[in-house]
Amino acid sequence: MTEPILEVTDLCTHFFTQDGVVKAVDGVSFSLKPGQILGLVGESGSGKTVTGFSLLGLVDPPGRIVSGSVKLAGEDMAKLSQKQLRQLRGRRISMVFQDPMMTLNPVLTVGEQIDLAIRAHNKMNKTQARELATAALTRVGIPDAETRLDSYPHEFSGGMRQRVAVAIAMIHSPDIIVADEPTTALDVSIQAQILHEMRNLARESGTALIWISHDLATVSSLAERLMVMYAGKIVEEGPTAAVLRNPRHPYTQGLLNSLPAMAEPGHPLQQISGSTPSLLALPPGCPFAQRCPNAQSACEEEVPLVQEGESAYRCHFPIGGTA
Amino acid sequence: MLVMSVIVFVGVYAIGNPLEVLIPPDAPQDVRDFIIARFGLDQPLWRQYLTFLVNVLQGDFGYSFVYNIPVLDLILSRLPATLELASFAVLGGAFIGVPLGVYAGYRPNASSSKAIMGLSILGFSVPSFWVGLILILTFAVSLGWLPASGRGDTVEIFGVGWSFLTLNGLSHMLLPGVNLSLFTLAMMIRLARAGTREIMLTDTVKFGRAAGLSESTILLRHVLKLISIPIVTVFGLELGTTLAFAVVTETIFSWPGLGKLIIDSITNLDRPVMVAYLILVALLFVTINLVIDLTYRLLDPRLGGRSA
Amino acid sequence: MIFASHTPFGRFARQFLESKIAVGAFLVVVLILIVAILAPFIAPQDPYNQATLSLLDARRAPGHVGSGGYSHWLGTDAQGRDLFSAILYGLRISLKMGLLAGAIGLAIGATLGILAAYIGGRVEAVIMRIVDLQLSFPPILLALVLVALLGQGETQLIAALIAAQYAYFARTAFGAASAERSKDYIEAANATPLSQVRIVFRHLLPNCMPPLIVVATVQVANSIALEATLSFLGLGLPVTEPSLGMLISNGFPYMMSGRYWISVYPGFALIILIVSINLVGDQVRDQLNPRLRR
Repeated sequence: MTEPILEVTDLCTHFFTQDGVVKAVDGVSFSLKPGQILGLVGESGSGKTVTGFSLLGLVDPPGRIVSGSVKLAGEDMAKLSQKQLRQLRGRRISMVFQDPMMTLNPVLTVGEQIDLAIRAHNKMNKTQARELATAALTRVGIPDAETRLDSYPHEFSGGMRQRVAVAIAMIHSPDIIVADEPTTALDVSIQAQILHEMRNLARESGTALIWISHDLATVSSLAERLMVMYAGKIVEEGPTAAVLRNPRHPYTQGLLNSLPAMAEPGHPLQQISGSTPSLLALPPGCPFAQRCPNAQSACEEEVPLVQEGESAYRCHFPIGGTA
Repeated sequence: MLVMSVIVFVGVYAIGNPLEVLIPPDAPQDVRDFIIARFGLDQPLWRQYLTFLVNVLQGDFGYSFVYNIPVLDLILSRLPATLELASFAVLGGAFIGVPLGVYAGYRPNASSSKAIMGLSILGFSVPSFWVGLILILTFAVSLGWLPASGRGDTVEIFGVGWSFLTLNGLSHMLLPGVNLSLFTLAMMIRLARAGTREIMLTDTVKFGRAAGLSESTILLRHVLKLISIPIVTVFGLELGTTLAFAVVTETIFSWPGLGKLIIDSITNLDRPVMVAYLILVALLFVTINLVIDLTYRLLDPRLGGRSA
Repeated sequence: MIFASHTPFGRFARQFLESKIAVGAFLVVVLILIVAILAPFIAPQDPYNQATLSLLDARRAPGHVGSGGYSHWLGTDAQGRDLFSAILYGLRISLKMGLLAGAIGLAIGATLGILAAYIGGRVEAVIMRIVDLQLSFPPILLALVLVALLGQGETQLIAALIAAQYAYFARTAFGAASAERSKDYIEAANATPLSQVRIVFRHLLPNCMPPLIVVATVQVANSIALEATLSFLGLGLPVTEPSLGMLISNGFPYMMSGRYWISVYPGFALIILIVSINLVGDQVRDQLNPRLRR
């Protein structure tokens, strides 16, 4: 068995706002093998994006990682200086964001932006950097890459822009890329393309992917393992097929039921009743209890993580009964 | 421009009769008549305006009532002094203000940033003539480091004298320049800070960080380029405002520029000079706006200055 | 807490009290107002009664005990005038000019702005065109030109100050009123037989007031500064009404010979007044502007 490239243990990232402490990430643990694709699914506000930022040490105030550890290839990132962290970012671990309109700088050419990313870690002269940039753009499927380097982001389509962002994230062939809903802002037809390209690129370079999304359908077509996040906690995780076929947590079941593919034609889609609880005043027990069809009084108490083979869930009354 | 010139001309005409200032009350009638005819003051208003307009289009702004030399020569002789002072002030204010503002926007909660913001608030609210007085009191009177008035030695280039090329001239320019630059400085700090603060929160910065860019690269390459657009706009407008404020600074520091000329003209009811000055200022404002528009296209690729 | 939090004013006051700087500045403004109003009773000397002045006391340094038998804490000016008294009277005049110009500017500007927003069409185009043209022109230059046009004197000066400032009020009122006008309830009010006047006074005006008050605070401070600047340039009030700017101007020639106090102390009074008003204005603006609230 290979050593995990990333090991996250009991990660807690809290935001200290004027109204109180928001526990955006509350005790998240998982590990990632080299080249593995991991899906992280949850509603907006469930803490999945903050989890992603925490992995890169990019949590902005008033947020802060309060406890837990993130080990990249066995090295605890919490012990690194800002400078050392910066040297990891982009080279060992990088990130792609949701909206390419917002991530690329509108007043710098694409070439300049790739050049900045290259030279952040690699001292090379302009010509070499330009060759590398051309190669990177070609690799993500941008035709005529050499001339396109001198274009500005607004001269690209949305999908092309996201390809540029992917090229920047992959320029140093990092160990891990955190992809935070990179296809959500794009047209459906482009979504599938990008999805497959990223998977192929990751496979070629042996890069592990953490694919963050609210869209269970997208993620399940891609990821080998799934993690379902709710209110800052991982409520269920396991191999994708197992989670899809045999969900244990009622929340996962709810997500599955709301997928159009799962619904019978002519019947309305099922939805999970209620809405996400305020992260400011979470009850001590299961955060899903108020919306859960199976909730009982025991759910008001702390719920432990139940291991079950390669899977795990966090529920007193899992679907299909306890093992 | 035309409308502007009519308003200015009629307005200035309404100020008062310059004859009372120009001619001694006990002057004989024939002297009076001669002077009136000499300056064309016996013509009706619209005739005076038309004559004026025709002359202006030929580059002739008439004669100064007081100095009795062509207004254009008079203004051109004073223009370099004001131009160099205003440029010194605006450039100085921008080159110091923008970095300070970027820093204050980058670290909004640091006490040094709050000090910078305090400086900017003071720059906005404290009248500039008062700052000028304090500068003179401190550096010229108490410490005796710098001269408080005049232009000092000048070097002739293209037939006009410039102070900034001699050490002595520079030392004369320092105090009025600093005085005049304060408003620009305050404005630049405020703008750069607001822009930086906003940009630091965007995904562009976060994506840059995620790619491993150093903070200095982010500030120098991403942020500076993004805030340059509003800054260039205000920079241009500031040049105009600074020319106006030069009136005050030049009076305090006895800087022989346009500002001092206009104050003297107002007190002496030197009509042609006032008209010419105001037209010049209006012309400057129009030119500046034009230049800003052109600069935009260079700075913001989205406006289509370059195409793929 | 003294202020109940359930009324809008109570909430506003409580929030204001949280900012120590703003409260301090507010107290300073109030103190200056009181002192300025009561100047004839507080000042040790009537600085413009020639009978009480003695040239023997002229240009004395701070602390000098003059022929009047009391000490001149802030020194005396070229005419042997007690500077402290002169400053108190000067504050009075400066404040009067600032408040008058501010109030009239507010009235004219708000009227124009609301009219433009309410009538719209060509009226709006003409009014706002003029206003914008004026806003692009530095107020000091405008005031300078007007003083030159109208001549010197109190009325002329106030007119110049108003002309230089009203455009800010007009812009603000126009912005607030046109935003308000497009809201549904004005449409609804238009549908009912409410008179036009009532719509303007009951709906548009009250909604324009908060931003106008903010602009007013800042503009009063600006008017005071502008008046001081014009007076300093010798284009302000007649000599019979010495505002702070004129006191500073009078002392300027003596500064080179080290008699700093004649200019510096009136200047401090001016700065404290202007900065305090601005600080209060800043706080009020931050509180009224929901975008800045975190």
